[in-house]
Amino acid sequence: MSLQSPALAVVIPLICAFLTLLFGWWRKGLCYPTTLVALSLSTLASLDTLRVVITTGTIRYHLGNWDPPWGIEYVVDHLNAFVLAIISCITFVVAVYSKKSVEQELPDKIIFFYTIYLLLVTGLLGIIVTGDMFNLYVFLEIASLAAYALIAIGENGAPLASFRYLIMGTIGACFYLLGVGYLYIATGSLNMADLSQLLPGIYHSKVIIVAFIFFLVGIGLKMALFPLHAWLPDAYTYAPSTVSALIAPTMTKVGAYVMIRIFFTVFKPYFSVELIPVTTILSWIAAFAMIAGSIFAIAQSDLKRMLSYSVVAQIGYIALGIGLANRAGLTGAVLHILNEVFTKGCLFSVAGAIVYKMGIRDIYQFRHLYRKMPFTMGAFVMGAFSMIGIPPTLGFFSKLYLILGSIDARQWVFVAVILISSILNVIYFFKVVETAYFEPRDLATKKEKEILKVYPHNGGGREEIAMDEVPLSMLIPILIMGAGILLLGIFSIKIISTVIQFAIPSGI
Amino acid sequence: MFDFIISKYNYWIYIVLMMIGFYGMIGKKNLIKKVIGMNIFQTAIILFFISTAAKRGGTLPIIEHGHGHEMQAIEAASYVNPLPHVLMLTAIVVMVSTLGVALAIVIAIYKRYNTLEEEEILKHKI
Repeated sequence: MSLQSPALAVVIPLICAFLTLLFGWWRKGLCYPTTLVALSLSTLASLDTLRVVITTGTIRYHLGNWDPPWGIEYVVDHLNAFVLAIISCITFVVAVYSKKSVEQELPDKIIFFYTIYLLLVTGLLGIIVTGDMFNLYVFLEIASLAAYALIAIGENGAPLASFRYLIMGTIGACFYLLGVGYLYIATGSLNMADLSQLLPGIYHSKVIIVAFIFFLVGIGLKMALFPLHAWLPDAYTYAPSTVSALIAPTMTKVGAYVMIRIFFTVFKPYFSVELIPVTTILSWIAAFAMIAGSIFAIAQSDLKRMLSYSVVAQIGYIALGIGLANRAGLTGAVLHILNEVFTKGCLFSVAGAIVYKMGIRDIYQFRHLYRKMPFTMGAFVMGAFSMIGIPPTLGFFSKLYLILGSIDARQWVFVAVILISSILNVIYFFKVVETAYFEPRDLATKKEKEILKVYPHNGGGREEIAMDEVPLSMLIPILIMGAGILLLGIFSIKIISTVIQFAIPSGI
Repeated sequence: MFDFIISKYNYWIYIVLMMIGFYGMIGKKNLIKKVIGMNIFQTAIILFFISTAAKRGGTLPIIEHGHGHEMQAIEAASYVNPLPHVLMLTAIVVMVSTLGVALAIVIAIYKRYNTLEEEEILKHKI
């Protein structure tokens, strides 16, 4: 089992996607359990991979027993194993959450929803484990195609949003493919480990620089780096709530992982930091992303759209960590990937839960929500705290490391940008918290007085809002993610000392 | 200069095709034209990969009567490189699926708005 676990983590969802389709034709009710079984097995395999990597080091898995660089190999080191574990965990938790929401929003598409869900997970996990450039492209397209399809089944604006995402995503993937082609011309290899051996001799070749730029733009499109983010807000807003909760935490973060992999494994840090100043440029782009994403988020009144712009801002944090290219900065980036996965999963699930129960997404209609859904809103506050960076949530530690990284790099501007962006986060998250928790006393009493004047027999009591929580199958995943943000934050030092410090690429 | 263009004409065609496709995807307002642009863009990439495999005087990468003669020496220079072809087979599959998904989404859009002009659809939404 341990020997095969990296492959099993990818293969199980792939096979079960087809089983789900078959079972679904027989009985619709079987789709959900099949998906859960598949994802729980896949999560177990991922966690087992992580355990093996922590105890014995990097795993190299030769598919079909073909030796690299001719065959495709899966290479799982600390960075992979960590991202693999968190992505598979979050997809499992969101799958548990999905049942009621999908039954309400997409009653006649349950079979296809779960089939494509599993294909999306296959693609994401495949991107993470693979050690082959072209294989990565194929998995990238599997994940993206599944994402386009899932987004397109949403509400009114969804097909157009999905179409735009498809056009932009295809440009991104094609640029990535061109980059692979250029590297192949120059070196004759597609294997990442092999490329990192072959490339240093020809770093000054223009072909290699062009290939690198293609990778930067292609991956930047896929991970919605600031000027290339235009497809993201519409796509995440109009998608069904479960789909937003699945795609928002995973897709862009996997893109960020690919960026780290290409910047620091395929190309050595010497190339991406010193030879061409791309990490410096990336840091500045990231700084703009953090500020612009947050400002756009403040301007929104739709909760899901606000969270989508928040994704753009948070991708900026991760990109900043990559751009700083020092130990503390990259630790912050990897930790922020973990933070983003759990927090955005939690926040989008809460948004889905509110839509499920109340059918509203406008922040200004959230009054009294904390009395109606105390646990859900509690998880939302936890997520908001983590986004802002209040200790001891996870967000505090990732931002702390990013600030330490900026100080190490003597980039005081970025320290200021992180702090300003955090304050902007406070503004847009507390807009929600304020509406949901703190009723405007004066206004309420004034209104009540008016009501009392008109209806003196009313008794003067405020209307009692009974607690009306979402079903347990939605509530428990939300609470797990909410508690996860807190617990992972408390144990973040342990996570860094066991996994992340080994995940930092050599040469930094 | 002219020789430089002529001798590498396949790469120039790839660049021109790619730019045409890129313009179609970004500049055109009609969704079907965008899809066509996407297809041209992807085809250009196929042309690029296949060009990298070609060799002057190279033949099919099949070893005739090679079975059972493991020690047979193979002169790689006289065969075209098969790997880009194989990669492009996979890429074509990916591109066809992308085209399929794109057309399915276009149909869904047409059913909702009865038009494929982006501007008219945006008017509908507001």
